[in-house]
Amino acid sequence: MSTLVIVEHDNQRLHPHTRALLGAASRLAGEVDVLVIGHSCSTVAEEAATLEGVTRVRWVDAVHYSDLLAENLAMVVAQMAAAYRHVLLPATAFGKNLAPRVAAMLDVAQVSDIVGIQDAEHFVRPIYAGSLLETVRSREPVGVMTVRCSAFMPVGQSANAAPIVPFSAGPDMGVVRLLQRVRIDATHPQLANARVVVAGGRGLGSAEAFHRLLDPLAACFGAAIAATRAAVDSNYVGNDCQVGQTGKIVAPDIYIAVGISGAAQHIAGIRGAKLVVAINKDPEAPLIRLADLALVGDLHEVVPQLTEMLQR
Amino acid sequence: MKVLVSIKRVVDYQLQVRPTADGLAVDTAGLKMSMNPFDEIAVEEAVRMREAGIADEAVVVACGSAACQDVLRTALAMGIDRAVLIVAETPLQPLAVARLLKVLALREAPDLILMGKQAIDDDAAQTPQMLAAMLGWPQATFASKIEVTGMQANVAREVDAGIEIVQVSLPAVISADLRLNTPRFASLPNVMKARRAVIEQIPAEGTGVDLAPRLETLSVAEIPTRPQGVRLASVKVLAERLQQAWRALQ
Ligand SMILES: Cc1cc2nc3c(=O)[nH]c(=O)nc-3n(C[C@H](O)[C@H](O)[C@H](O)COP(=O)(O)OP(=O)(O)OC[C@H]3O[C@@H](n4cnc5c(N)ncnc54)[C@H](O)[C@@H]3O)c2cc1C
Ligand SMILES: Nc1ncnc2c1ncn2[C@@H]1O[C@H](COP(=O)(O)O)[C@@H](O)[C@H]1O
Repeated sequence: MSTLVIVEHDNQRLHPHTRALLGAASRLAGEVDVLVIGHSCSTVAEEAATLEGVTRVRWVDAVHYSDLLAENLAMVVAQMAAAYRHVLLPATAFGKNLAPRVAAMLDVAQVSDIVGIQDAEHFVRPIYAGSLLETVRSREPVGVMTVRCSAFMPVGQSANAAPIVPFSAGPDMGVVRLLQRVRIDATHPQLANARVVVAGGRGLGSAEAFHRLLDPLAACFGAAIAATRAAVDSNYVGNDCQVGQTGKIVAPDIYIAVGISGAAQHIAGIRGAKLVVAINKDPEAPLIRLADLALVGDLHEVVPQLTEMLQR
Repeated sequence: MKVLVSIKRVVDYQLQVRPTADGLAVDTAGLKMSMNPFDEIAVEEAVRMREAGIADEAVVVACGSAACQDVLRTALAMGIDRAVLIVAETPLQPLAVARLLKVLALREAPDLILMGKQAIDDDAAQTPQMLAAMLGWPQATFASKIEVTGMQANVAREVDAGIEIVQVSLPAVISADLRLNTPRFASLPNVMKARRAVIEQIPAEGTGVDLAPRLETLSVAEIPTRPQGVRLASVKVLAERLQQAWRALQ
């Protein structure tokens, strides 16, 4: 019994959720190998080797992996995966793109978005936009799964670094090419691992009001900014801020929702939040009913007052 | 160019579902069923390609029970040329659907397969990537913009960090995200016309594909409800409670 963990990175640094991904792997019996695949990514392999619970790091480096596209990566992962009992990937755009391709190449079913691991065959996952939890049994010879990292405890540092074992590269399929990556602005903390998140909805009314009201509130906590689909579609903020069934899943300690009704598809993204605060003028809004702390009022009055009190 | 679009029939996205009394499955009895929202977007995109002369034929396929004919007729009413139902009365999981779609793809030889990025019932987001792997084709998942030129497509993908633009060679599988387009409502005359259209039916058993589910659902439960929250009387109380919570984190 052993597990292969496919880690996400940008050829320089590991993604911050990697510790929690390894936390999930530690719930399965046996050794844990990490696969670092990319281009000029030796620092990533070195970083991975220092994490708790890692038996060895398998490192594949070639120029046709520099853009981390699924078509070429899947060839290597599928070849390597057959020797493992489980293969774990993060349930992010990267992992969701790659995992099913690998599973199909191995002719096995894939389990998406696991939030619980009971044993080698039993997993818990949300369905229907997170309104139901399903326990599934997989008896596939290789269990390919994507992990909702926010549901697992991150591992720490290891006392001694694990060995890094290079592995030969696979072919270049040459069917896909990266043209451009439009990166998010780095002024706000990353949404995925922020401890406090300030989120805005259509209730803000304009991009101008969104930033004028929410940026100073977020600054009080060094919080990340999030938004509903309606707010993103109205161009208040970029799509990287969308939280929900089809956006990001977040689990901050504090989630402050301003002018958000609380549609099931939005709630799907914040079920792991510890303290949910809602500000809405509609006392019947679903999020007002769900919130731990609810304030019914006009956000144009409430938010500036709140920010001012917090700044003091 | 020929486009193949896949659609799934699911519980309407506005409805709340519950587990069955025995907690072994999802209770969908009597609930309104609709086309998966992401598939509606895929259908709309195919119809637009057809209207723009980029595609000369658009074919839609659903895998499932005879009841799927209603969503196939919706797709026809939106402007799709032809519909195929791969009939299976037992529930299908992504791996089996991908295999069935592969059989049809080999017969139809489309240049492009458009699918939804995920089905809103199982929330799997797997079938397009699996199909692409089985066909050995490139995949552009979570698409928010598609531009086809010759035997290539430039696709903007919605990824965690923002937008990524990839160029795939055709044939390819593309899965649609919500921002790709806004699906049209079919006009009444088109709905009437689609009612009379002939839908080709292919029995799934006859394809030789292994349809047996690989994952067994042992239980379905409602998520634990949060403890009842409190309504605060003033902004001042909210500021105090937030400061308290914030200090507890330090
Ligand atoms: C397949 C599918 C997937 C989806 N995925 C997502 C997803 O991932 N994420 C997501 O967020 N949505 C998603 N949606 C959309 C979702 O259904 C809702 O439409 C959306 O979340 C609503 O956003 P909102 O709360 O900002 O807007 P609204 O529902 O319009 O709510 C605005 C709120 O602001 C309040 N308000 C207005 N003015 C004020 C004021 N002056 N002061 C205080 N309060 C005010 C109103 O009372 C209201 O409650 C999805 C939908 C579908 C069909
Ligand atoms: N039974 C089905 N029939 C046709 N298409 C399907 C079926 N199941 C899934 N799909 C397609 O695959 C996409 C992703 O589904 P899933 O992998 O189940 O999340 C859907 O949006 C559909 O386009």
